[in-house]
Amino acid sequence: MATEILMPALSPTMEEGTLSKWLVKEGDDVAAGDVIAEIETDKATMEVEAVDEGKVGRISVAEGTEGVKVNTVIAVLVEEGESADDVAVNTTPADEQLSSSEKTEAPVQEAGSAASAPAAPAAAIADDPDIPSGTEMISTTVREALRDAMAEEMRSDDRVFVMGEEVAEYQGAYKITQGLLDEFGAKRVIDTPITEHGFAGIGVGAAMAGLRPIVEFMTFNFAMQAIDQIVNSAAKTLYMSGGQMGAPMVFRGPNGAAARVGAQHSQCYAAWYGHIPGLKVVAPYGAADAKGLLKAAIRDPNPVIFLENEIMYGQSFDVPKMDDFVLPIGKARIQKEGSDVTLVSFGIGMKYAIEAGAALAELGIDAEIIDLRTIRPLDMETVITSIKKTNRCITIEEGFPQSGIGAEIGMQIMQQAFDYLDAPVLRVTGKDVPMPYAANLEKLALPSVDEVVQAARSVTYK
Amino acid sequence: MAKSSTASKSKSSPKKTARQPAAPKTPRPIDFTKEQELKAYRDMLMIRRFEEKAGQLYGMGFIGGFCHLYIGQEAVVTGMQSALIEGDQVITAYRDHGHMLACDMDPKGVMAELTGRQGGYSRGKGGSMHMFSKEKNFYGGHGIVGAQVSLGTGIAFNNNYRENGNVCCTYFGDGASNQGQVYESFNMAKLWSLPVIYIIENNRYAMGTSVTRSSALTDFSRRGCSFNIPGIEVDGMDVRAVQAAGELAADWCRSGKGPIILDMQTYRYRGHSMSDPAKYRTKDEVQKMRAENDPIERVKQRVMQKKWADEDELKAIDKDIRAVVADAAEFAQNDPEPDPAELYTDILLPVAPMTVEA
Ligand SMILES: Cc1ncc(C[n+]2csc(CCOP(=O)(O)OP(=O)(O)O)c2C)c(N)n1
Ligand SMILES: [Mg+2]
Repeated sequence: MATEILMPALSPTMEEGTLSKWLVKEGDDVAAGDVIAEIETDKATMEVEAVDEGKVGRISVAEGTEGVKVNTVIAVLVEEGESADDVAVNTTPADEQLSSSEKTEAPVQEAGSAASAPAAPAAAIADDPDIPSGTEMISTTVREALRDAMAEEMRSDDRVFVMGEEVAEYQGAYKITQGLLDEFGAKRVIDTPITEHGFAGIGVGAAMAGLRPIVEFMTFNFAMQAIDQIVNSAAKTLYMSGGQMGAPMVFRGPNGAAARVGAQHSQCYAAWYGHIPGLKVVAPYGAADAKGLLKAAIRDPNPVIFLENEIMYGQSFDVPKMDDFVLPIGKARIQKEGSDVTLVSFGIGMKYAIEAGAALAELGIDAEIIDLRTIRPLDMETVITSIKKTNRCITIEEGFPQSGIGAEIGMQIMQQAFDYLDAPVLRVTGKDVPMPYAANLEKLALPSVDEVVQAARSVTYK
Repeated sequence: MAKSSTASKSKSSPKKTARQPAAPKTPRPIDFTKEQELKAYRDMLMIRRFEEKAGQLYGMGFIGGFCHLYIGQEAVVTGMQSALIEGDQVITAYRDHGHMLACDMDPKGVMAELTGRQGGYSRGKGGSMHMFSKEKNFYGGHGIVGAQVSLGTGIAFNNNYRENGNVCCTYFGDGASNQGQVYESFNMAKLWSLPVIYIIENNRYAMGTSVTRSSALTDFSRRGCSFNIPGIEVDGMDVRAVQAAGELAADWCRSGKGPIILDMQTYRYRGHSMSDPAKYRTKDEVQKMRAENDPIERVKQRVMQKKWADEDELKAIDKDIRAVVADAAEFAQNDPEPDPAELYTDILLPVAPMTVEA
């Protein structure tokens, strides 16, 4: 059997090259591994080795030929007794042999909706569970709710453990893990050194091997040290392994601005993690959501980023007294129904939305307020349903404007409900500046209730 | 592999595995002269009084956010600074007020930054953790634990590149010394013989975590072993010992031998920051350290013993310092907040217009 020797691709991007030199001539015997030619690409000169033994039956591309397409037959090796003349040589590269009708150009379309890629399947997400009437409501701080969620899940699943800086003996830098060391011991409540990249990776590895880590970042600002393990390892392993293994775990901690802690300690990461397929991103506002969603996050078989807020930790909300109060990740909540304008926010942004809603009511503007609760998957259905009713939307977040959550929501509304809009979607965000320390500048850098009210008035023309 | 041009100093050195220059030993404390003792006393007391005032202003609500006091550790930066020459640089983390004063930065500007006023070193935009002075070669003021170690190594890279004979003092904590980028920096610093002094301010705790609970190897002077970086342990509560170690380290760097580590045994008296109740250690532990090892008290004792100054003269120094600090506090409380227009300044520099030559 004759063997065709093809012009090799020597790099992932190489399409053609120069056959600069033949080191053999027709009639020569070659053994596997012999260097038979040199090829020059725009990057380097490379050697071509014979993969088989045989006799060079024919050299079909002459030395010095430029622009030789990858996969062109450059020579033919024949076995003992064969003649190269017996072999018909096709000098067109394999992919150019397709008839032109088979080579349909993909229509120019926005990436992601290219004709060949199937639509992303939409997962059905259950509604919030019914809270039986008569259920006792207990006023609970967000801090306690988060702690209770972890404790309950640790009681029911011994694979769950929590690790992070100061989570054990100090009881948490912000006291979220208070009491956990006492109840669960040092094996499951683990103080780490200040080594975010390392312990996040250790968490991911433990999750891949079957445990259910909760990795606490003292604040999400410090998770930037670890973001490679979160994005490249935790988020992508399930996909890269063809579904064999993933990282069922929670990365949690306070996110966003606290108070007067300056540029390196005051950033919202909702948009950063919201960008990544393979992650779920949760950002609750009140204590009941914090509890129900953290329990869901711990049980979720995927990596979940759980964004809390230091300012919210001490605030109290009613939490239903139930044996197992779990909420669905991926479902927004309508905080207040209304008909004139939809305010969409999440996490601490809800404070501005709720206060603005009250102020707008006094101006005779009836705002509907949506708490996204989850950033990824984003519950656009709830938002779109609301827009179809109010025809106006304001998004509110403390993060930076560009490529933020508001930008994403505005885009999706335009795609899904353009005809329902009576005004442009507006966003109220943190200003496009690093967080300043000075009290007056910090205030200016953050969104304000007044900005939300003004935005709502401008879209309702009131 | 082509050797980097930055390795100029090690050009002629034999293979990296060959014997290194003999590791230096902890030097004896310097026998200070009267002038040296009194200068150290004044410099350390300046830091202490400044920090006490900052603590007060925090309590009064003039300072917000995080505020990390340096009280107890004054000898480290004071001794090191006396070992430096013009042009040497300093970089540290967020416990930085002492370093700035030691770099001769103006107490008014530092205090006004703490209160977030326009006269502050960062015009109110940085706060306690983020101050800089190009003029005084102080490179900050950093909030991310460990990040300043790579930055300081980069500053030393510049020194090496320009062959300016300067060294960069890179300060970090015992807690920070476990961060990965510290070791990435160590490797490159040694590989390229960069003139950087790694000063580990080992105050025994990183927030509430004692070194024994965070570190597999608590002898921080040996943290450079894998990279052939020598280290010495220093009594960081004795300003004379610090200065001796500082001089040795600076000589080491300036003579082209590359980086060196100083494990400064020190102690912080206050909580990690203003909101830390510090329940992870006993009051006795703190009290004992204050009573037996206080860096300022130790100078005072020596000065009085040698009759270089009496109680009254030392009190007069204290009075001077208190006046300077009171002035700074006064300024910091009354200086206006930054103009709202400052919100959008200093984010990016304007690009110089491109000139096309005819
Ligand atoms: C990357 C990162 N992780 C965590 C923190 C929170 N944090 C601030 S200071 C600190 C302790 C650092 O201790 P150490 O390095 O010993 O310095 P010291 O405070 O004792 O001067 C921690 C955990 C941070 N600022 N940056
Ligand atoms: Mg420390």
